[in-house]
Amino acid sequence: MLKITNLKASLEEEDKQILKGIDLEIGEGEVHAIMGPNGSGKSTTSYVLSGKGGYVVDEGSATLDGVDLLDMEPEERAAAGLFLAFQYPVEIPGVGNMTFLRTAVNSQRKARGEEELNAAEFLKLVREKAKSLKIDADMLKRPVNVGFSGGEKKRNEILQMAMLEPKMCILDETDSGLDVDAMKLVAEGVNALRDGKRSFLVITHYQRLLDHIKPDVVHIMSAGKIIKTGGPELALEVEHNGYADLLNEVA
Amino acid sequence: MALTEKLADATEALITAYPAPQGEGKWATDARSNALATLRENGAPTRRDEYWKFTNPSTLIGTASSAAIMHAEEKPVFDDIDKLLVVFVDGVYRADLSDDLTIEGAAIETLQDAMAKDIHWAKDVYGVLEANGQSPVSRPLAALNTATATEGLVIHVTGKVSKPVAIRYVRQNTDTDVMVHHAVKLEEGADITVLENGPAAARFNSCLEVDVADTASFHHARAQGRDHERCAATHMFARLGKESSFKSFTLTVNGALTRNEAVIEFTGDDAMASVSGACAGDGAFHHDDTVFITHDAVNCESRQVFKKVLRNGATGVFQGKILVQQIAQKTDGYQIAQGLLLDDDSNFLAKPELEIYADDVICSHGSTVGAVDETALFYLTSRGVPKAEAQDMLVLAFMDEGIQEIEDEAIADDIRERLGAWVERRRD
Ligand SMILES: Nc1ncnc2c1ncn2[C@@H]1O[C@H](COP(=O)(O)OP(=O)(O)OP(=O)(O)O)[C@@H](O)[C@H]1O
Ligand SMILES: [Mg+2]
Repeated sequence: MLKITNLKASLEEEDKQILKGIDLEIGEGEVHAIMGPNGSGKSTTSYVLSGKGGYVVDEGSATLDGVDLLDMEPEERAAAGLFLAFQYPVEIPGVGNMTFLRTAVNSQRKARGEEELNAAEFLKLVREKAKSLKIDADMLKRPVNVGFSGGEKKRNEILQMAMLEPKMCILDETDSGLDVDAMKLVAEGVNALRDGKRSFLVITHYQRLLDHIKPDVVHIMSAGKIIKTGGPELALEVEHNGYADLLNEVA
Repeated sequence: MALTEKLADATEALITAYPAPQGEGKWATDARSNALATLRENGAPTRRDEYWKFTNPSTLIGTASSAAIMHAEEKPVFDDIDKLLVVFVDGVYRADLSDDLTIEGAAIETLQDAMAKDIHWAKDVYGVLEANGQSPVSRPLAALNTATATEGLVIHVTGKVSKPVAIRYVRQNTDTDVMVHHAVKLEEGADITVLENGPAAARFNSCLEVDVADTASFHHARAQGRDHERCAATHMFARLGKESSFKSFTLTVNGALTRNEAVIEFTGDDAMASVSGACAGDGAFHHDDTVFITHDAVNCESRQVFKKVLRNGATGVFQGKILVQQIAQKTDGYQIAQGLLLDDDSNFLAKPELEIYADDVICSHGSTVGAVDETALFYLTSRGVPKAEAQDMLVLAFMDEGIQEIEDEAIADDIRERLGAWVERRRD
C-alpha cells in the first residue's frame, strides 16, 4: 500500500533537514502507529506525504500502490486515496462545512472518473455518518471548523475521512484534546472503516488510543528517523518508560 | 478661501460642460443654484485634495471617453427577485420599459416631474443632505450632480413597501456621460428596499439622498455592472432619525474607475447604519470606497465592511472615517476594510480614520491586506479539491463577510452567485 524509502526532506525557507531517511512500508489492511518525542518529524512526515508546501524532498521516494506520491499535487494525492487527519485542523471562515465536504467528495469522484453524488444522495450519506460520530446538523452548517471545540474539530476530521473513503489514512494525533468518550467515538469511527483493505498510519503520543485502534506494527521516530519498529508491546514500553531508554539503546 | 485661478477655470469648465436645466419649478431652481454656489466655492476635485490622493479625479471631470458595452449572456442581477422595475436607458427614464410606478406605501415620481412643480416635498431632501455632506470634506461631483441632473426618482415612503423598487440602468450607446439623482424620504416607521444594477453609462455620476425618519428602515443593494471601460462617481447621503436603520451594500466587478462615496449622519438616538461592499477587479480596475460617518446622537451603531479582491495590477482604495461628536455617547463603530491580492502587481490602499470626542464609545477599525491563505488552501486541496477551485472558495469566503451585511437572503445569494461566476471565469 504505502511504501516510503529513505525519505529525506528539508524546510524550503531554511537549510534545515527535518526528515533524515525514513523507511516505512505499510501493507494492505494494516494499522501502523508512529510514536516519538515532540519535534521528531512525525507531522512533517505526514505533510510531505500529502504535499504541503514549504518542504523540499532531498532524497528518497514514497509510493501509494506503486504510484509516486511525491510528484503529485495535494488534490491528486487525495484522489489517489491518501488522507491526512490534521493534528491542527484549519478554520476556514466563510466556507460552509457542507459545501466543502460535497466539493471534496465530488472532486475526488470526478478525478477518478466516477459519478458525482447529487445533493440528496450526499445529504443522506453525510447525515448518516455524522450521526454515528455524534456531530449534530448545526455543526455541519457552520463554516469549516470555525468555533468548533478541539474535540469537535477532530471528529470533523474523521467525518471527512468517512465521507472520502480513502485507501490510506494518516491520523496525526487525532486523540489529543479528546475526552474519553470522544476518543471512543473516534476510535469506533476509525474501526468502522477497517475493512481489511484500508490501511492506517496512526501518529500518537498515547497508548490509550492504541487500546481502541489495535496496531499491527509500532514505530518509534526520533530526530527524523525511525529508530525502532516492533509490535504493540513497544507502545506499552513507551507508555511506562518514556523514550529515554529507547533513545539510549540506539545511541 | 478663494480658489486659485487655474482651479476656478477648471470648475467653470466643469459647470459649462453640462447644460443648465431650464423651466423648472422654484424649489428646483433654488436647489440647483445652491449647489452651484457650493461647487464654485470648493472647486472641482484635484489630486491635491486630501481625499483624492489615491484616486485621480481627472477621468471623472474631463471629457468623457467611450466605453464598450458588454453583452453578457446571463440574466441581469436581481432579475429573479419580485420587484417594481424602473428602467433607465442611457440615463433616461423609460416609462415604456418600466413597471407602473404605483405601489402601496410609497409615492414614486420621476425627478423631472417633481422638478416641474413649484412646490414639492423633495425640496427637504434633494440637495439638502448633499449640502450637509459638503463639510468638513467637499464633494464637488455631488454638487455638480445636484446642480445639473434631470433624471432620477423621488420616492416618498409612508409605509412598508411590499417589494423592492429595482432601478435598472441599461446602456445602448458607447459614448454616454450620464447623471442621475434619486431622493428618498422615509416617514416614521416606513420601510423600503431600493435596488440598483447595471453599468449605466461610459461615465456615470449618481447621487442618492435618503432621509430616514424615526423608526424607519432603508435597505439598499446595488451591482455596478461589468463593462470594463466604464467609470463612475457615486454618492450616497443619508440622515438617520431615532431608532432608524440604513443598510447599503455595493457589488462591483470590473469597471475602469469607480469612486463610491457614502456620507452618513446619525441625528437621532439608537439608530443603526451599515455600509458595505465587495469588489473584484482584474487588470485595469481602480475601485475607491470613501465613507464618512458622523455620530451626532446617543447609542448608535455604525458598520463599514469592505472587501476587495484584486489581480493583474488592479487597485483598491478605502478611505473610511468615523467621527464621534461629543454628545454621541455609547457609540458602537465598527470598520473593516480588507484587500485580497491574487498577485504581486495589485494594490490595496487604505486610510481608516477615527475621530472621537465622546468618552464612552466602542470603536474598532482594521484594515488588512494579504494573499490567499496557504494553510487553508492546503487543507482544501488535501481533501481533493483542485487548487483553482479551492482558491475560488477562499476568495468567495473572503468576500462573504461583506455580503453577510445584506439582510435579505435572496438578494445576498444573487450577489454570491455573481461573484462566483466572476471568479470562475478567471480560473487559470
Ligand atoms: N515550517 C517549519 N518551519 C520551521 N520549523 C519547522 C517547520 N516544520 C517543521 N519544523 C521543525 O521540524 C521539526 C519536526 O516537527 P514536526 O511538527 O514534524 O514534529 P512532530 O514529531 O510532529 O512533533 P509533535 O509531537 O510536537 O507534534 C521541529 O523541530 C519543528 O520545529
Ligand atoms: Mg506533530
